[in-house]
Amino acid sequence: MNTALRPAPAAGTSSLGIVMLCHTALHRAAQVARFWLAADCPVVIHVDRAVSDAQMDAFRQDLGDHPLLRFSPRFRCEWGTWPIVAATQAASEQMLQEFAQVEHVLLTSGACIPLRPAAELLDWLDTRRDVDFIESVSIEHAPWIKGGLSEERFTLYFPLSWKRHKWAFDMLVDLQRRFGIGRDVPRPLQPHMGSQWWCLSRKTLQGILNHPKRARYDRYFKGTWIPDESYFQTMVRMVSDRIESRSLTLVKFDRNGRPNLFYDDHLQLLRRSDCFVARKLWPDAQGLYDFFLSDQPARETPIDPQPAKIDRYFELAAKQRSDGRAGLYMQSRFPLDDTATAKTAAPYSVFCGFQQLFRNFDFWLGQTANCRVHGHVFAPEKVEFHGGAKVYHGAISNSAALRDYNPRMFLANLIWATRGERQCFSYNSRDTMTSDLNWFMATDRNAQISVISGCFILPLFRGEYKVDDVLGHIGWLQRREQDFIAILQSKWAAADIRVWTLAEFLEDPQRYLSQTVGAAFPDVGPAALTGLPEILSLDGFDEYLAHLRNLGLPPVLLQDYKR
Amino acid sequence: MKALKAQLKLRAQRQTKLMRALRKSLELKARANRTAGIRQGDILAFTTLRNELVRLPYFLDYYRAQGVRHFLMVDNGSDDGTTEYLEGQKDVSLWVTGASYKASCFGVDWLNHLQWRYGAGHWTLVVDVDEFLVYPFCDTRPLHALTDWLESQGRRSFSAMLLDMYPKGPVTAHPYASGQNPFEIARWFDACNYSIKRNGKLQNLWIQGGVRARAFHGDRPEQAPALNKTPLVHWSRKYAYVSSTHMLLPRGLNKVYDDNGGEQASGVLLHAKFLDTIVAKAREELVRGQHYAGSREYVAYDRGLQDQGDLWCDFSTEYINWRQLEILGLMSKGDWA
Repeated sequence: MNTALRPAPAAGTSSLGIVMLCHTALHRAAQVARFWLAADCPVVIHVDRAVSDAQMDAFRQDLGDHPLLRFSPRFRCEWGTWPIVAATQAASEQMLQEFAQVEHVLLTSGACIPLRPAAELLDWLDTRRDVDFIESVSIEHAPWIKGGLSEERFTLYFPLSWKRHKWAFDMLVDLQRRFGIGRDVPRPLQPHMGSQWWCLSRKTLQGILNHPKRARYDRYFKGTWIPDESYFQTMVRMVSDRIESRSLTLVKFDRNGRPNLFYDDHLQLLRRSDCFVARKLWPDAQGLYDFFLSDQPARETPIDPQPAKIDRYFELAAKQRSDGRAGLYMQSRFPLDDTATAKTAAPYSVFCGFQQLFRNFDFWLGQTANCRVHGHVFAPEKVEFHGGAKVYHGAISNSAALRDYNPRMFLANLIWATRGERQCFSYNSRDTMTSDLNWFMATDRNAQISVISGCFILPLFRGEYKVDDVLGHIGWLQRREQDFIAILQSKWAAADIRVWTLAEFLEDPQRYLSQTVGAAFPDVGPAALTGLPEILSLDGFDEYLAHLRNLGLPPVLLQDYKR
Repeated sequence: MKALKAQLKLRAQRQTKLMRALRKSLELKARANRTAGIRQGDILAFTTLRNELVRLPYFLDYYRAQGVRHFLMVDNGSDDGTTEYLEGQKDVSLWVTGASYKASCFGVDWLNHLQWRYGAGHWTLVVDVDEFLVYPFCDTRPLHALTDWLESQGRRSFSAMLLDMYPKGPVTAHPYASGQNPFEIARWFDACNYSIKRNGKLQNLWIQGGVRARAFHGDRPEQAPALNKTPLVHWSRKYAYVSSTHMLLPRGLNKVYDDNGGEQASGVLLHAKFLDTIVAKAREELVRGQHYAGSREYVAYDRGLQDQGDLWCDFSTEYINWRQLEILGLMSKGDWA
């Protein structure tokens, strides 16, 4: 590989100097350094002092001698501390001193990779001689800061490393806040922050490094937190008047403020970037290194940059981690009851009493709303899936035992497996009605629950039972329905809930029914809703209720029923 | 105080488990110990097996391709040539034992010991020969891309739930040939019939369901086998598996899920159990009685597979790739973009 490293003629030195901060994966850093050297760009490399001498020697040997290559004084750079800035200053000074042709200095890391041919960057910079490319955002307008502290980075004391003394670090911050300890930002500094990776013009960089009050400012920044994201970003505001506040280096941060790694499968995504350099690559992303360090980017037809696409890609991933997919319960997402997202994946409708009041209500609803309507999916005998199916979407079995083993998961599964098709089913107090399931549905904002109370008696009224024989049963059903309604009427209920007594509902069944169905299926026109399903005969129901009352079981839920 | 007591109890349980592993290690006899070749950072696989010769070539190649560097295997009395075959593999270290599988907690004690001895500081993968790990981006990124990332996120364990795969038609209809991808035959799975409960004591999730619950445990769901697994762990000498790879101690390792609505990254273990080989296996295990809960699982298979023959149903899903499993919500890439 070293054959590519023939000493370049000094006259061919290009106007872009590369400062590289390295601490791991040195073999990759060497590859990238060779890429820049091959384009006649001077390279000054800073290697972290934590790197062992043996590794350092191997690295030097790997790179060999090159007239445009220098190694700068080594610092021990711990994340978030001053030596990163000191290392950058030293390397930049060396760059400006030793390579007089350099007009722009690009700060990169050993895990960065150039996304476009060096010549393209050189030409581009040539037409922007005095422009400084550095993300520099006033701290009042930097919403993207991750890690809690923003302004306080500049106004508190940070004597400890956060990496090594997390607890003590937080403690000190708390103490300073409590006792109002702090320090002033030296005037006229106006704190700015931004990406650590910049590309500055010689004039500006010289202005910063040779600033008359540099010693004073350096002293101040030594005590701030993460100065690598604020030192140059703040200083540049004093010496430059042609700032383009953006970084030429693509970095996407994750929720912990660490840069997302790029892998081979990101190749097409990276080609859509409008940046010139990307950070940070997984060291074994062989495909990316092969592609971007070869002459391939130069040969292939350029793709239109669409940086928004890259943003979107990583935003989606972050969202999946923080919010997840609503209604999904799985091995790595199991929300507690009080989380903000909906409990199920999609809206669904629960009808209580309709099936008992109307003839073939499920069939009518299916026809009217053009959907598949289930029977009582929580029936004690088996799950009454649409059409009597033994297995339903997602391979959900109709076994009552499997369902009752975990009713809320059964429901969540059914809704998840049929996303895109609204689920409608009947439910009443004869069903497996656990309070856990009732609460689950009542507090689920995807649920639409419509109850005509007291209808649970109708099948018994119509059946050939003697009231005396089923008295206990009726009492039991009534209690369950009362409990269910109490939950629906509690202040925690979040579902779309409608509760009528039978008498109320019969006052205007047409209106109530079309209201309910219309809310579930906005697409169903009012015309389709005019045909009411047949109400089953209620002749003699008064006497039946009176009889119940006389036997000592007041039908509380039907007390207003009179015909 | 109560919390402290519970902590101490768990600690005692973990130490008992580790002592037990040490004691049970006396039953292991090294047949081919090539562990000297293990280098720092290598991903190691740990397996207990018995008479699996026909499955081994594909199993080893599958994990070699993912980047597993060394296999540490316990052969529990094979007589079909498994031992000799494994002895001949350069990246396999082999121990043999004729002791009881059941008495060693179904192999957990043996493997806990081997992990204690050789796994510390490595990412360790504990899988059976019929379990095939699928993780996010497994078609483009090697396993150590995943472990590197997990480490950078401060995670020590990675869950991969067991997904039972089955063929269409009787399991005996398509004989499995050695070296073949088992999922050419067992291509189908149940997508969305899993029950999940939280185990308060060890903080793990308890997942049951899938085809085994549907076809064999329709009337006894509580007996359906557990499917939650945490097979990939950045091992330390303090760690121990408690029951198969379902649960670990210390219990923080079981917290592989987000309980605030977000999704952690997770994978799936494709389970190639339902091949024609299961019929003979079920018979053998019935006689040996060395499996969990009186081998009742195998009793059910023996009966179930004879009676109905077909595990496939109209709503079975055909396997395509990890992205499909992700969309179905069986696994997640979390924020590993």
